[in-house]
Amino acid sequence: MYDFEFVKPSTVDEAVAALSSEDAQALGGGQTLIPTMKQRLASPTKLVSLLGIASMAGVSENNGVVTIGGATTHADVAAAGLGAVSTLAGNIGDPAVRNRGTIGGSLANNDPSADYPAAILALGATIVTNNREIAAGDFFDGMFTTTLEEGEIITAVSFTPPSAASYQKFEQPASHFALTGVFVAKTASGVRVAVTGASEEGVHRWTTAEDALNTNFSADALEGLSVSPDGMIADLHGTAEYRANLVKVLAQRAVASC
Amino acid sequence: MPKDNGIGASSKRREDVRFLTGKGKYTDDINIYGQTYAYFVRSQVAHGTIKGIDSTAAEAMPGVVKVFTGADFEGIGGIPCGWQVTDRNGEVMQEPAHPVLAQGKVRHVGDPIAVVVAESLQEARDAAEAVDVDIDELPAVVDMKAALAAGSTKVHDDLTSNLCYDWTLGGEKADVDAAFENAHHVTTLDLVNNRLVANPMEPRVAIGKYDAADEDYTLYTTSQNPHVIRLLMGAFVLGIPEHKLRVVAPDVGGGFGTKIFHYAEEAFCTFAAKAVGRPVKWTADRSEAFISDAHGRDHVTKIELALDENGMFVALRTDTMANMGAYLSTFAPSVPTWLHGTLMAGTYKTPHVSVNVRAVFTNTVPVDAYRGAGRPEATYQLERVIDKAAREIGIDPITIRRQNFIKADEFPYATPVAVEYDTGDYDATMNKLIEIADIAGFAGRKAESEAKGKRRGLGINCYIEACGIAPSNLVGQLGARAGLYESATVRVTATGSIAVMTGSHSHGQGHETTFPQVVADMLGIDESMIDIVHGDTSKVPMGMGTYGSRSLAVGGSAIVKATEKIIAKAKKIAAHLLEAGEADIELADGQFTVAGTDKSVAWGDVTLAAYVPHNYPLEDIEPGLEETAFYDPNNFTYPAGAYACEVEVDEATGKVTVERFAAADDFGNVINPMIVEGQVHGGIGQGIGQALLEHAVYDSDGQLLSGSYMDYAMPRASDVPSYVVDHSCQTPCTHNPLGVKGCGEAGAIGSPPAVVNAVVDALADLGVTHIDMPLSPNRVWSAIQAAK
Amino acid sequence: MTNVSMTVNGKAVSGEVEGRTLLSDFLRENLHLTGTHVGCDTSQCGACTVHVAGKMVKSCTMLALEADGGDVSTIEGMANEDGSLGVIQAAFQEHHGLQCGFCTPGMVMAASALLAENSSPSEAEIRHHLDGNICRCTGYHNIVKSIQAAASALS
Repeated sequence: MYDFEFVKPSTVDEAVAALSSEDAQALGGGQTLIPTMKQRLASPTKLVSLLGIASMAGVSENNGVVTIGGATTHADVAAAGLGAVSTLAGNIGDPAVRNRGTIGGSLANNDPSADYPAAILALGATIVTNNREIAAGDFFDGMFTTTLEEGEIITAVSFTPPSAASYQKFEQPASHFALTGVFVAKTASGVRVAVTGASEEGVHRWTTAEDALNTNFSADALEGLSVSPDGMIADLHGTAEYRANLVKVLAQRAVASC
Repeated sequence: MPKDNGIGASSKRREDVRFLTGKGKYTDDINIYGQTYAYFVRSQVAHGTIKGIDSTAAEAMPGVVKVFTGADFEGIGGIPCGWQVTDRNGEVMQEPAHPVLAQGKVRHVGDPIAVVVAESLQEARDAAEAVDVDIDELPAVVDMKAALAAGSTKVHDDLTSNLCYDWTLGGEKADVDAAFENAHHVTTLDLVNNRLVANPMEPRVAIGKYDAADEDYTLYTTSQNPHVIRLLMGAFVLGIPEHKLRVVAPDVGGGFGTKIFHYAEEAFCTFAAKAVGRPVKWTADRSEAFISDAHGRDHVTKIELALDENGMFVALRTDTMANMGAYLSTFAPSVPTWLHGTLMAGTYKTPHVSVNVRAVFTNTVPVDAYRGAGRPEATYQLERVIDKAAREIGIDPITIRRQNFIKADEFPYATPVAVEYDTGDYDATMNKLIEIADIAGFAGRKAESEAKGKRRGLGINCYIEACGIAPSNLVGQLGARAGLYESATVRVTATGSIAVMTGSHSHGQGHETTFPQVVADMLGIDESMIDIVHGDTSKVPMGMGTYGSRSLAVGGSAIVKATEKIIAKAKKIAAHLLEAGEADIELADGQFTVAGTDKSVAWGDVTLAAYVPHNYPLEDIEPGLEETAFYDPNNFTYPAGAYACEVEVDEATGKVTVERFAAADDFGNVINPMIVEGQVHGGIGQGIGQALLEHAVYDSDGQLLSGSYMDYAMPRASDVPSYVVDHSCQTPCTHNPLGVKGCGEAGAIGSPPAVVNAVVDALADLGVTHIDMPLSPNRVWSAIQAAK
Repeated sequence: MTNVSMTVNGKAVSGEVEGRTLLSDFLRENLHLTGTHVGCDTSQCGACTVHVAGKMVKSCTMLALEADGGDVSTIEGMANEDGSLGVIQAAFQEHHGLQCGFCTPGMVMAASALLAENSSPSEAEIRHHLDGNICRCTGYHNIVKSIQAAASALS
């Protein structure tokens, strides 16, 4: 690692101020950022830890809306009784990673194989930052890219619990990231199907499947659909065709277990 | 009732206490006053010419002590290869130079070019980025077939081609060919034995130290064999007399073969310690390990099995390309030849066997022994082709194996591939397997799996290996450049406690527990009176180390021989004390007794007399009680066994899960059953890893794509089941004093074919006949799609 | 350099560190607690597992400054006060749950974290819990057995 200054503010405002300096970067649990820095692939001059901001941690429910603080760890989300979202969180990485990694950090990084983006997109969640609210559909902007501005902090994520939901993850055998993962949610505005790990564009919705499921919410409804391998990720662990197959298989399994 | 002491007892491991409390002392835990830190600048390209190295900026950086380049090693010896293979025409193999730091060219990603030595690791790493290396990239040769093609780019300009050797073993070609022509059925299989990275959990570390006053050197290193490093580095690289070089391998966090070899980093740190006048420490991180530790396996094979109308094997023919990587690592040439071809007969009476191996240089990390070393590659191809043949001719996989077995009354048995098995009973291990694997219950379990929508398969495998490496006079004829004996010194103190110095190194095998069991049993005293000393050439004068499942068979036998000398001398002392004839003295339960009387003296009385010789036969024997023995085996040992694996396959995703795994092994006599079972468990875990998960993959430019745990899939706890293992079938080795055969590699040899056979069994009715390892979900799914 | 203070195995400690100093480096180099091992650089092998505020974390993927003011436990703090092996450690010895010993500190810390929140885990739960702790020697069989035995002994 290159050396850097470390600060740990206790309020969002202090954090925003600290992030205003050049090459400063926000630090959640660091479970991706620290390994990246160890490889000298990132070189921030200042790391601003968000874990000292009490208002950003924890899960609450108000008027039927669930809010997860941006600095809430995966372990805490897993323990919060949020159905498919908790199950998803309980299968991110490993127990040690879940004790440090945060939902805000995961979303801001938008790794194309991360789990949370699928849930957030399928739930139609709202990303709350220090200065605005962003609809999930407007947040993800391709692999490792989001519409967050420089220095903008995800303070919370909120969503209305779905009437039914399931996340099916097929693990990449080495990293245990999602080789492909599909989150299916029955929301007030209809069925939403979000896919992670598969597309070169990052997390995305499978709208053809949503249409089919809005008519007939059953695994069989997807049987006749085909997923094109065009634009799918191809790497050591899976060809584009294989990932296209997984999208359909996992979507069907998610529907079946809703 | 199980024993609680001595041979056959599952004594708890005494080394565990320090490991469980964080008090183990691994090489990276050692810090020497005044030490500096080395960071290696390694090639980022697979092949290239070094046009120039400018280290002036790096030298000016904070904390930098000195920057070394290849120029500093001109005239210094290269890393030697320990085995010279002679090819089919009687010519010796092509053997390229292997410099400590690159001389003019780089030949694989990770090839060391320069080293920064600095006051701290971070400073060394910071400065390493400032070393400016100008490289003209050349086309890389990665694929073995392409490397052998006429006109291929050469890895080494001074060699005639990329062919290291073309070697053959077995029957006359005409006889083998005739057997194939007359055969009722021939089964052919093309397969790949996937390239692996050993990945002991402790990355390699080296610390060099030079004492200017005494002009002697010390190297602390993560080695399975400090004496071998002393020999190779002292004699061939740095020219340090053996008595001026101490090599210490303290607690070592796993080896699996890749810590046998002498590496450039060891020579560098030792050399640099003198050059900078301070200790020099290098610690690999995992990413560096992936491109600097020798890899394993990487064979491409075509195998053909000829059978008669009854399914009896009549001939076997196999042709392999074996990847050597860019340089010859310490044992590399021996792995695809004498550790591979000699096992191609397996446990069967195939009359004609012919093996051909071409070893190939490529622009990849050197490949050498990894747990099993050659024997897994032999077993895999043989047992896969047998399984395929059984299916083709409609014979049950157990029956076809059993009917071709060498029978228990046919030993010793000379195979057509140069080895003589001393003893075995392959029907016994197969019978045991059928029982412990509950083969009879498979059909029911298959039906249960199918009810859940999963396919289920059963895979059977029989293996044999040659362990107890090795008879020196034999391996000398085969090209080994060292003797492969082992030595032991048993030092008894005045109070009767004992230190046993052994050249066998323990890095997980539990020697500190097992070896005392042997000595305790021989002397009839408690294990706790005996300690093992290993891993330091200043404490243990001679040794050849731990590899090839040799520690107990060879190292243990040396301990037995030294202990026998102790007993002989102690009996002389006891006879004197008891005023009896030496021939009448019996030793049991730590008491020396005059046969047929109640006259006795205790072990402690005799040992005290040896060191306080007031009443002592000084005219006949010297005081003291310390003996050294060397043991050189007169044959290999031949552990064998039968393994069964049951898998479930999810047809929609191709995901394979190992549901059951059973192993019935014949290791001959067993000293500590608990440790033996642990060795088998570990081997099976690695074998399942090879079969389903692990793969070192290079792209066509020679970049290692699976260069970290993000892409190289290590088996996790959830990837494997609990195992059922049994070692109750015991045909003791006939030629070593303990009757032991070795158990360290069996699991890794026996399990990959069992797993693959099981997956193919699960998919056979779809028409799938073979899938190359690792059987990743994608590969299995693709095979299913292709068969549909 | 910045001063960092924390409690390690019940003892107050402090030291001078850089921003980039990892908790594992601080433990090994400043405090000479070399039982915590580093086996990879991508946060997967788990040899460096320690507890911070009672939760298992990878000390190679946490900055020493992130643990400032925290309560850290390492393998060196797992034995009984009289120096004898704790229940989990003893179970690992009894059931041969270790071979080379390198991953062992991380395994013991992971096992301890599991049993603190689940006193009678199933085999599948144990295996799932060990997702971030790689052992190359044992094939996991005896590690699982050791943790099961420790669970029985503790309940």
